[in-house]
Amino acid sequence: MPIIEIVFYLFGTILIASALSVVTVGNPIYAALFLVLSFFSAACIWLLLQAEFLAIVLVLVYVGAVMVLFLFVVMMLDVKAASIKQGLAGFLPVGLVVAFAMALQMFLVIWTRGLEAIPMPEPRPEGYSHTRELGELLYTDYLYAFEIAAVLLLVAIIAAIMLTHRDRPSTKKQDPSRQVRVKREERVRLVSMAAEKPAGGGEKGEGQS
Amino acid sequence: MLEQLATLAWTVAKIMTIVLPVTIGVAYFTYFERKVIGYMQGRRGPNRVGPLGLLQPFADLFKMLFKEIIIPSNANRFLFLLAPVLALAPALTAWAVVPFNDWLVLADIDAGLLFILALTSMGVYGILIGGWASNSKYALLGGLRSAAQTVSYEIAMGFALVGVVVLAGTLNLTGIVQAQSGGVLTWFWLPLLPLFVIYFISGVAETNRAPFDVAEGESEIVAGFHVEYSGSAFAVFFLAEYANMILISALASLLFLGGWLSPFQGVPVLGDTFLGQGGVHWFLAKTAVFCFLYLWFRATFPRYRYDQIMRLGWKVFIPITIVWVMVAGALRVSGLYGG
Repeated sequence: MPIIEIVFYLFGTILIASALSVVTVGNPIYAALFLVLSFFSAACIWLLLQAEFLAIVLVLVYVGAVMVLFLFVVMMLDVKAASIKQGLAGFLPVGLVVAFAMALQMFLVIWTRGLEAIPMPEPRPEGYSHTRELGELLYTDYLYAFEIAAVLLLVAIIAAIMLTHRDRPSTKKQDPSRQVRVKREERVRLVSMAAEKPAGGGEKGEGQS
Repeated sequence: MLEQLATLAWTVAKIMTIVLPVTIGVAYFTYFERKVIGYMQGRRGPNRVGPLGLLQPFADLFKMLFKEIIIPSNANRFLFLLAPVLALAPALTAWAVVPFNDWLVLADIDAGLLFILALTSMGVYGILIGGWASNSKYALLGGLRSAAQTVSYEIAMGFALVGVVVLAGTLNLTGIVQAQSGGVLTWFWLPLLPLFVIYFISGVAETNRAPFDVAEGESEIVAGFHVEYSGSAFAVFFLAEYANMILISALASLLFLGGWLSPFQGVPVLGDTFLGQGGVHWFLAKTAVFCFLYLWFRATFPRYRYDQIMRLGWKVFIPITIVWVMVAGALRVSGLYGG
C-alpha cells in the first residue's frame, strides 16, 4: 500500500471518530475540542489533494479564530453535562435523516459519474503557485460571485452586531478620547503655601500622643 | 521502505538542529531578559551561578524540573496536563518554515507565511484550555482575556502581512526576503513603515507580553492562566511563550528588515568587503534587536488597561492597516516598489 493511502485512511479515521465524538461526548468543552480535531484532520486530507492554500486557510479561520470564540463562549456557560446528553436522543432522528440524505447525494454523484471521473490530482511542476492560480480565478472568472459573497458577509456582520448589541443606559463606560484630551488643570490644583509652620503658632497635639 | 525511513531519520535530525538551538536560545533569552532589565533598573541581574551568572538558566531549569506538579482539586486532569503541550507544539512547529539564509530552511513551502499565521493563532488553545482546566477563577479570566486579545490582534497582524505579500508578490518566506534585495532602502520597513510598527506591536500583544500582559496581570488576577501550574508544566508554558517571542522577532526581521540580507549590500566600499555578504549572522543580529525591544518595552511601559487594549487593536490598528494595504497596492502598481 503506498504511503499516501495509509496517511489518508489514518486522517479519515481520525476525522470520522472525532466528528462522531462531537455529538456523543457529554462535556461541551470536549465536544468543541473534538470539533477542532475534525477540522484539523479535514485540513490534512485537503493537503493530500495538494490544496495547500485551502487547507491552511481552513486551519487559520476555523481552528485559529472561529473555534477559539466557540470555546470562549462554552467556557463561560455553566452547562450541565447531563442536559446535553438528553438533547442527543431527541435530535437523533433528525440527524439520521440529514446524514442519510447527504450520504445519498454523495452516492448519486459517484454512481452517475463513476470514481474514475474524479482522479487524484497530478503533482504540479516546480514553481507552480496554487495561491496565485486561485487568486487569478477568483478575481477574473468568478469576480461577481466573490464580491457578492463578500457583501453578504458584510451584511451578516452588521446584522449580527445590530441584533445583539444593546446600549443600556445603566452601562458604565469611559470615553477614551475625552480621557486623552484631559488637561492638568482639570485634575490637579496647585496650592502655594509656606514650607514650614510658623514658629510658636503650631497646632496642639503634634508629636504627642 | 528503507529509503523512506532514511528520509524520515534525516528529517528528524534536521528538526533537532532547529529545535535544540531554539531551546538554548530560550534559556539564554531569560538570562538576557533578567540582565537587561536589571541594568535598566540599576541592578546587576543574576551573577552568582557560573561566571557572570551564565549558568543561571540551567539552575532555573533544574529547579523547575525537580519541583512537584500540583494538580488542583476538581481540575480536569487530562486537559490540565495537555494544555502546556498544546501551547508548545505550534510555537516550535512554526520554526519549520523560517529560512535562516537562502538555503538553510527545513520546509521551503509555497504558503509559508500563511502557515506561520495559522500556527501562531493556534497557540492560544494551550492558554485557553489551561485556564479552564485549572478550576480557578483567576486562571479562567486570564485564559479568556488571552483568547479575546489574540483573536483581535491577529486581524491587524494579518492585514500588516497582506501589505508585505502585496509588495513581495509571494507567500514564500524565502521569496519575500529575496524581493527585498538591494540595500537598506529597498527593505520593506520603509514603504510599509506603519505596517512594520503595527506588526511588531501586534506581535507583542499576541505573545501576551508587557505592556499587553493582562492575561497574566499579577496586580489583577494573580498570575492569570498559569496560576495553578508548577514545576515542569509551568516550564513548558514558559518555553512556549519565549519561543513565540523569538519567532515574532525572527519574522519581523524576515518580513521588514530583509532577513539574512546585509545592510551594506550595494554600498560602494563596504559592500565589496565581507560585510556586504548576506548570511545567518545578519539574520540573528536583526532578530536579537527585536528581542531586545521586547525587554525594553517590559522595563519601560506600565501595563495597558484591558479596554484600552481592545480599542487600540480594533479602532486604531485595523483602520490604519486597511488604508496602508491600499497604499502598498498603489506603490506596487506605480512600480516604485516591488515586481
